[in-house]
Amino acid sequence: MDWTWFHKFGSPPHVYRLAGRLTPWFAWPAAITILIGLYGGLVLAPPDYQQGDGFRIIYVHAPSAWLSVMIYTTMASAAFVGLVWRMKVAHAVAASCAGIGAWFTAVSLVTGMLWGKPMWGTYWVWDPRLTAQLILLFLFFGYMALRAAIDDPSRADRASALLAVVGIVNVPIIRFSVDWWNSIHQAPSVMKLGRPTMPVDMLVPLLLMLLGFTLYFVAVLTIRLRAEVLRRERQASWLREVLD
Amino acid sequence: MYKDSNLAVSRWHVFRGERHVLRGLGFSLTAGRCLQLVGDNGSGKTTLLRSIAGLVPREEGELRWGDVPVDDFATLHAELAYLGHDPPLKADLSGRENVQFAVAVRGARSAATLTARVEAGLQRVGALGFCDRPVRTLSAGQRRRIAFAALRAFEVPLWLMDEPATHLDVVGCELLRQLIDEHLDAGGIVIAATHQDLGLAPHRLQRLALEEVRAS
Amino acid sequence: MSVVFTILQRDLLLAWRRTAQVLQPLAFFIVVTLLFPLGYTPELAQLRQIAPGVLWVAALLASMLALESLFRDDAADGTLEQFVLSGQPLAALLFGKTVAHWLLTGLPLAVVAPLIGVALGVPSAAMPGIICALCLGTVSLSLIGAIGAGLTLGVRRGGVLASLLTLPLAVPVLVFGARATELSIAGGSPAGALYLLAALMVLGLTLAPLAAAAAVRIGVE
Repeated sequence: MDWTWFHKFGSPPHVYRLAGRLTPWFAWPAAITILIGLYGGLVLAPPDYQQGDGFRIIYVHAPSAWLSVMIYTTMASAAFVGLVWRMKVAHAVAASCAGIGAWFTAVSLVTGMLWGKPMWGTYWVWDPRLTAQLILLFLFFGYMALRAAIDDPSRADRASALLAVVGIVNVPIIRFSVDWWNSIHQAPSVMKLGRPTMPVDMLVPLLLMLLGFTLYFVAVLTIRLRAEVLRRERQASWLREVLD
Repeated sequence: MYKDSNLAVSRWHVFRGERHVLRGLGFSLTAGRCLQLVGDNGSGKTTLLRSIAGLVPREEGELRWGDVPVDDFATLHAELAYLGHDPPLKADLSGRENVQFAVAVRGARSAATLTARVEAGLQRVGALGFCDRPVRTLSAGQRRRIAFAALRAFEVPLWLMDEPATHLDVVGCELLRQLIDEHLDAGGIVIAATHQDLGLAPHRLQRLALEEVRAS
Repeated sequence: MSVVFTILQRDLLLAWRRTAQVLQPLAFFIVVTLLFPLGYTPELAQLRQIAPGVLWVAALLASMLALESLFRDDAADGTLEQFVLSGQPLAALLFGKTVAHWLLTGLPLAVVAPLIGVALGVPSAAMPGIICALCLGTVSLSLIGAIGAGLTLGVRRGGVLASLLTLPLAVPVLVFGARATELSIAGGSPAGALYLLAALMVLGLTLAPLAAAAAVRIGVE
């Protein structure tokens, strides 16, 4: 098999240019989709019959929660590729993911708490999803703390990658244990809508927001990846040619 | 004993951090020869030894052991012994226990051969007088002798030694020379990073001078 | 297989020569659990309610405290490096170390649990279930901890970081363990929770030594 494409794909100059070229292709569609989704969700969609207008925070909460898990998976997959095929760019992708993932996990927690206030009368209830998000946030923090604690960049890459892979094996188990714990203690959960199936005018904006957030993540990832590659390759000669 | 051993290293590149520590290095050694690494501090002697042992990953390059390219260091590890700056000894165990466990961890065949090898090693380095005391109470030179005893008891062809003469007195240095000589007699290969004159016959000794790699 | 026993023997011998250090996590476990009556209430009926949480959080913290010593000495004197170079499967050697570590720091927690239980008003009929749960759970904690300790090799103040990495991963152990304890105290059958703890342990026994070996290889560079 010819592996040149693999090496070309993994070479920093190529990735730097490719990421730069891709950014607008994700950033603009993200902006448009999110704007349409917000209009649909905040204006066009009818109020929920039980929760009134309060439910509308779902248009930020659900996409953030989805992204947090998706980003952790992306990070762990990139880390795995970096570990197994010793691909430096994969480590750079994983490193770029961590901050974004932690941010969206935090957003989903905060919006979840804001949603909880009118529903439960309190900001925090040990709802299984909120609890699982909180643990996910700690997993992101652990990843970033380990990366920051090791001075040698190559060692930091591999150690944190291993942690991400161990983490992704654990995420479903943690999820299960938290659900199980909750089913015993019967904490109230209103973080779902009253009706079993969502009407189309509520659902379409939600799907648009999910798509928009995902596109936004890719756009931010390409920007952060460029910064990460610059930082890592600051002594390489190809950079001077690119920057001049 | 190890007549067929030979080691060849080529196009050897190693990065530490963002620095190119070794670039395009190569050498080859046949049975019964010793490579002495010399160079200033920071020239990469330790890194070279550790990368040959597979402790530090190489960026590029090929290592052939017995004419077979080594990709998976697990196979090479059974053939080599690495002795770093400080002897890897447990302060709370006696010298003898240290050697016993070090040999046993490498996969003991039978208790009898293990004991025989340990005793022979301890006797050869002249450690029988103090090897039953806790290592904590031994002097730096005595600890090094215990480490030599373990090295000898491993019975592996390739020795990688980082500054083996540190803390040794004149008698100790002579012992080191004899141990290396005997190992080479048996067909072993030694790579030692040291500025000490090893006193080996010229036909047995190769020298490799390392220089700090300048940023290009 | 024999190398596992060699390591086990070596670590137990070393611990025997340094008994004071080994007992620290156990003493910590006892002191922490016995502080709760002072900080909360001396009413046994009320203490019984929080006993599962107290026992398991204290066990978790004691395991984290013990983590630091798992690889520290072997990393400092170069023994860990020799393990990597031994030509033997590193996962097996580290497994031996982890088993020794569990025997010295995990098992004693289960052994003293009945005493702590009495102080917290736990009925004696609940003890077998609690001891079982702690035995199973602390094995998982030692195994997960070995990964954390491996990842933080050579990091300054690595003990705190290792705990930070390990605690989120230990959540399932805490949940299942506390539930088994709670059921035992309430007089129900803890079997379901114990099976889940056992499943975690088996998963840990299978995967954790491999991950720890990979972590140590990166750590000794």
